[in-house]
Amino acid sequence: MAIIASIALLATEHKSQQLDPLRTTLSFFIDPLKYLVDLPTALIENATNTVSSYEALKKENKRLREEQLIHQTRLLKFAALEKENIRLRALLENSFKLGEQVLVAELLSINMAPYEHIVVVNKGTRFGVHPQQAVLDANGVVGQVFRALPLSSEIMLITDPNHAIPVQVNRNGLLTIAVGSGQLNRLVLPFLPGNADIRPGDLLITSGLGGTFPPGYPVAVVDEFTSQPNKAFVSITATPKAQLDRNRELMIVWSNSKPVPLISKPTANDTETRAHVDE
Amino acid sequence: MNKYVGFGRIILTIALAMGLRIAPWPGDLAAFNPDWVLLSLIYWSLAVPERVGIFHAWTFGLLTDVLTGRLLGQYALAYSLVIYICLKLHKRLRQFPLIQQGLFIFCCLLLSQLLLFLIKNFQHPAQLHASFWLPVFTGTVSWPLVYTALRFVRLSRSIKTTY
Repeated sequence: MAIIASIALLATEHKSQQLDPLRTTLSFFIDPLKYLVDLPTALIENATNTVSSYEALKKENKRLREEQLIHQTRLLKFAALEKENIRLRALLENSFKLGEQVLVAELLSINMAPYEHIVVVNKGTRFGVHPQQAVLDANGVVGQVFRALPLSSEIMLITDPNHAIPVQVNRNGLLTIAVGSGQLNRLVLPFLPGNADIRPGDLLITSGLGGTFPPGYPVAVVDEFTSQPNKAFVSITATPKAQLDRNRELMIVWSNSKPVPLISKPTANDTETRAHVDE
Repeated sequence: MNKYVGFGRIILTIALAMGLRIAPWPGDLAAFNPDWVLLSLIYWSLAVPERVGIFHAWTFGLLTDVLTGRLLGQYALAYSLVIYICLKLHKRLRQFPLIQQGLFIFCCLLLSQLLLFLIKNFQHPAQLHASFWLPVFTGTVSWPLVYTALRFVRLSRSIKTTY
């Protein structure tokens, strides 16, 4: 009986999405457990914050304020650049994709399966998270939402062996795909021919092909280059920019896939973009 | 003996096992984390077979599927098969010394892990690290621990089998 039921479940879920409601219902029992397991880590972090000295806090505050000032001035420049970009794209009769909205989610320190790079965050469908959203941190792309439950969601990191992300070389726009290696500090670029124009130190950014990841975010830096004469493709590895093993805060991105109409109403778009930036 | 005495305890220990299942381990040690849920299910099915049976194994298997983000039914299948074997052999197994029980537990864990591997392979040709099999060994080693802890819980509420 039980065996037939489980095999039926397995077959159904492998083929379709119909069991998602069942998983959602069961997750209401399970998700509190996840938060409970996360509790000690969260408490320790809280305690360290509480007992950190006034002096340290003051120092950190000063540093953050300086950082914020620098970023603010940079943003001013970016706003002007973005406007110019929209204008130029309008001249080229190209549509421009608008800015994104982000949601900050906190990592739950739990471990689902040791040989897979999937992490759990504390925001789920109740916050509008849905599968295949891009996830970033302050330094670059982290991964994508793999499964969204009501109270939590599972995020597949870009280094998972089953994950691939379309990237381009920032220097010359060369398009390729970066595949996860199963190691937290390494991506592999398996699909480049021996004469590809790529060098150690090149920045890889998302190309936006495939539609999952918004274009233009840093993914990784090329670090190693070994050409094997007997193979058609060279093996190139890259180090992810995002701090995959250190960050507790992640950003889930809603990319606005509606293109901006060519020239009409640039002001409305402008304010909207700025509003997103302010968030 | 009331059939429902200490039922909360049983559920609580299994919930605790599920918590341990996803508890964060430092660094690469996570690969050693044994399948606590199956171990506690095996214990309860040997100790009180009329109370913890295939239905419980299946339910908690399904919950574990959700917990670890697997395809639904994967752990449910593995757990119910293992618990079926335990129920068939429980009278004999209770007579065994701990070491001999350990051997049986090893086979159970191996069977469960093999099933998971099989299902994973059905989904897509999987390339698994050798550390996939580590929980089988650590699970066997931690069986005496689970056995003593759960025996303590069982005797503290005098949860006894009716036959």
